[in-house]
Amino acid sequence: MTAPNPEFEADCIRRILAGEKHLFHDLIRPCERSIYFLLFSLLKNETEAEDVAQETVIKVYQNLDKFRGESQFRTWVLSIARNEGLGRLRKISNRREDSLEADTDEQTGDYTPAILTSWREIPAEALEQKELGNLLRKAIEGLPEIYRNVVLLRDIEEIDIRETAAVLKISEASVKVRLHRARALLQRDLAPQLKGFASAKRRWFGGRA
Amino acid sequence: MRIDCKHVWQHISAYIENDVDPQLRAEIDRHLETCEICSAVLDSTRNVVILMADDRVFELPAGYSERLHARIDRELEKPHGWNPDD
Repeated sequence: MTAPNPEFEADCIRRILAGEKHLFHDLIRPCERSIYFLLFSLLKNETEAEDVAQETVIKVYQNLDKFRGESQFRTWVLSIARNEGLGRLRKISNRREDSLEADTDEQTGDYTPAILTSWREIPAEALEQKELGNLLRKAIEGLPEIYRNVVLLRDIEEIDIRETAAVLKISEASVKVRLHRARALLQRDLAPQLKGFASAKRRWFGGRA
Repeated sequence: MRIDCKHVWQHISAYIENDVDPQLRAEIDRHLETCEICSAVLDSTRNVVILMADDRVFELPAGYSERLHARIDRELEKPHGWNPDD
């Protein structure tokens, strides 16, 4: 994720509206990854996500004069992406039972994590092994929708809690609750499966079992 | 006050976010010093959070950006009048 730069954005928008339209490429570039993954988390389909990402970006361009700077530009863009994605979802389904508001924050927060007595850290280099990425992706994609969105924005795109709340139009307290449950579910699901990667790395690269 | 494991688990996410008040944080830290289960739960959760943030986990489809900007170019070619007074 690229950190937002409000001065650059404001200047860019002013100049685009004044006719330097090509600057739109630079304006949208820092957001394009987050747009795609937010949509992918909603639609769970690469083709649909990319298609709606393109529609979102065109909509942003066409409505650029309506951006008032009351929120961050990226927040505004991601809100548009989410609306477009929800619209697409309504069009294609037969919505899944697990989707959207079916799951609420009122459930009890109790859960039992995967109990371990020790944890050897899995270094980021272990991601060179495709298998590890696959496990993480599968676990995240398996989360209920309301948790998946929050994890996507906060943990994958590293957008802060306040902005995550603004994009999803929920309270910061809800973001925290959902984030907590999502991480708990991921730990429970993943920790037993991931343990192997710490020792596997040593065996493969360190030359010793 | 002594806090138990369940209590620690409830606050793990906030603890990782550095979003617990100093008193609770001190209690959790004290618990972690002697509880290897909670230490492992915390470390594994934090490790998962760190791994998820790595760009290699979620990669954009090949050519996504090129196709997006080509689509933008087609849009930019169209005449578009924003309403300056809007």
